[in-house]
Amino acid sequence: MSDILLSGVSKVFGDTQAVADLDLHIGDGEFVVLLGPTGAGKTTTLRLVAGLEKPDGGSIRIGGRDATTLEPAARDVAFVFQQYSLYPHLSVYDNLAFPLRSPARRMPEDQIGRRVEEVARMVRIHHKLANRSTRLSGGEMQRVAIGRALVRRPSIYLMDEPLSSLDAKLRGELRLELKRIQAELGATVLYVTHDQTEAMTMADRIGILAEGRLVQIGTPRAIYTEPANLHVAAKLGQPVINLMPVGLLPATVVPPGTQTIGARTEHLTIAQAEDGHADGVVDWIEHLGDQNHLHLTVKDRKLITLADADTPLRKGDPVTIRLRNPLFFDGGGNRIGGETQ
Amino acid sequence: MSAAAHSVVEPTPASKRIAGAIIILYAVVSMVPLFWIIATSFKTPPDSIAYPPKLVFTPSIEGYCNLFTTRTRQTAEYIASLPPPENFCDEVTRKRNMVIAGPSNFLPRFVNSLIIAFGSTFCAVFLGTLAAYGFSRFKVPLADDLLFFILSTRMMPPIAVAIPIYLMYRELGLSDTALGMILLYTAVNVSLAVWLLKGFIDEIPREYEEAAMIDGYTRLQAFRKVVLPQATTGIAATAIFCLIFAWNEYAFAALLTSGTAQTAPPFIPTIIGEGGQDWPAVAAGTTIFLVPILVFTILLRKQLLRGITFGAVRK
Repeated sequence: MSDILLSGVSKVFGDTQAVADLDLHIGDGEFVVLLGPTGAGKTTTLRLVAGLEKPDGGSIRIGGRDATTLEPAARDVAFVFQQYSLYPHLSVYDNLAFPLRSPARRMPEDQIGRRVEEVARMVRIHHKLANRSTRLSGGEMQRVAIGRALVRRPSIYLMDEPLSSLDAKLRGELRLELKRIQAELGATVLYVTHDQTEAMTMADRIGILAEGRLVQIGTPRAIYTEPANLHVAAKLGQPVINLMPVGLLPATVVPPGTQTIGARTEHLTIAQAEDGHADGVVDWIEHLGDQNHLHLTVKDRKLITLADADTPLRKGDPVTIRLRNPLFFDGGGNRIGGETQ
Repeated sequence: MSAAAHSVVEPTPASKRIAGAIIILYAVVSMVPLFWIIATSFKTPPDSIAYPPKLVFTPSIEGYCNLFTTRTRQTAEYIASLPPPENFCDEVTRKRNMVIAGPSNFLPRFVNSLIIAFGSTFCAVFLGTLAAYGFSRFKVPLADDLLFFILSTRMMPPIAVAIPIYLMYRELGLSDTALGMILLYTAVNVSLAVWLLKGFIDEIPREYEEAAMIDGYTRLQAFRKVVLPQATTGIAATAIFCLIFAWNEYAFAALLTSGTAQTAPPFIPTIIGEGGQDWPAVAAGTTIFLVPILVFTILLRKQLLRGITFGAVRK
């Protein structure tokens, strides 16, 4: 296992700045998730680390060794792709054995057999080794893809939305398994996703990318509670954070320079209005089973928050809304007091 | 089940029968000439020119005897003085007052055809695969213009350049050589091969090679281990198209080969001249000439079907 150090890395495609002056350190055995919308530069970052793209500037070090211009084969990294991850003309066994049979390794067949069996058990695909890889379900395919990454015991695992093509239930299962395997092996993982649940549940640290820049990096908790700016704040939390101008709701203390107030469920106290003094009205209640989405109208603004499953509120009820330690953002969208990460 | 009977994807039994009937009708129409040639090859010369044409006849391999031999006319006395005939061909030849003088040129011409057609197909597909991969995966400067240039070599009938090629080949000493014919057919076929194969290789996602390259393979190794196996259908289909062209080509073969490198297509018609209108021998030559393509096509028929319909159904 080893670490990855990106310093000042940038990459341009035509006139698109895919990655801009990126500094990122992924420690040995750390699980770092890059989160961002399509086109934020997540996949390009992964491909740069893998050696599938050459950076236009900056340097990449893997395990202390300068890897900036090394061929992919020489970097000792494994890559799990979002799709097309298995060689369709090979069986499951041959897919798993493929990296071990590479001319760079030339591992004897009996040793390959043992390694493949071991990994197949780990990713629970042992019973399907003889199958054609095209005859597997989506979940099984991604298991094999993960197995193919594991089989060589590389120093770094790179994963590009490996679960995004699966249905929700499978995604949940494989998420747990992936985390279990990573913990078992103590593997260094750089993982790209746009799914905030994956990021929150698996990551040691989350890096938020936007337009090729690293906006913020920190533990899931820190990113959630202390977002650096509006972009990061909107990235995490379900339902999405409510953004409102100052003065929409009566707030206690607003720091100078505040332009926007961000309020998640835990920043709002909602109660039935009693003396005719209401801040807003319940617009709609979405029943999710274990909880409810509460849609509120305050003046001409809509707010969305969570409510208990047994909330007494009904559609049309007037309510009082109080802010409790919300997030404050200045005119540039940066969180006030959010300099620390 | 009743829903399936009316669905768009599942044709009704009636429409299946109509479609089947149309296909059978088309197959019969296309195959009648083939059956006629094969039947003629097993007729005797008098039967082959009988009018009305004989549908029922006693099969004979006289045509095949005549195809593979040259014969000389002899007097009845001389033939009577010979020892008894050794085989059927001897016997049938003597009945026509002739004796077998030696083997004909058909076999060497047929072997020439095999060497030139398969040789040029191999070269065209080999070069085409590499070029198509290059165009598909790398940023080739002026790629579109180059591809158009390659395609433009197909925009006129190849025979239009017959005279310059004839003169060029005479200067270079390539006239009537197998090498010359292989080069020529390769040049004609390589454009088809590049365009067809580029289509197939474009459809193979790059991720496979990238995965292989990360897994410890060089690009060339990844090409061999991952791209080629997935391109086999395309390669097979391309090979059949190239082979059919090179195998059937007549005009250049007639112009540029006359002796040692002559292929079967210009040779077969020359049989007619030898000792009258020997249609069974011509038909026998044509029948044998059909066999390699038939075998090759049957071996690769799945790929050929995929090649014809490629692009129609995807993902």
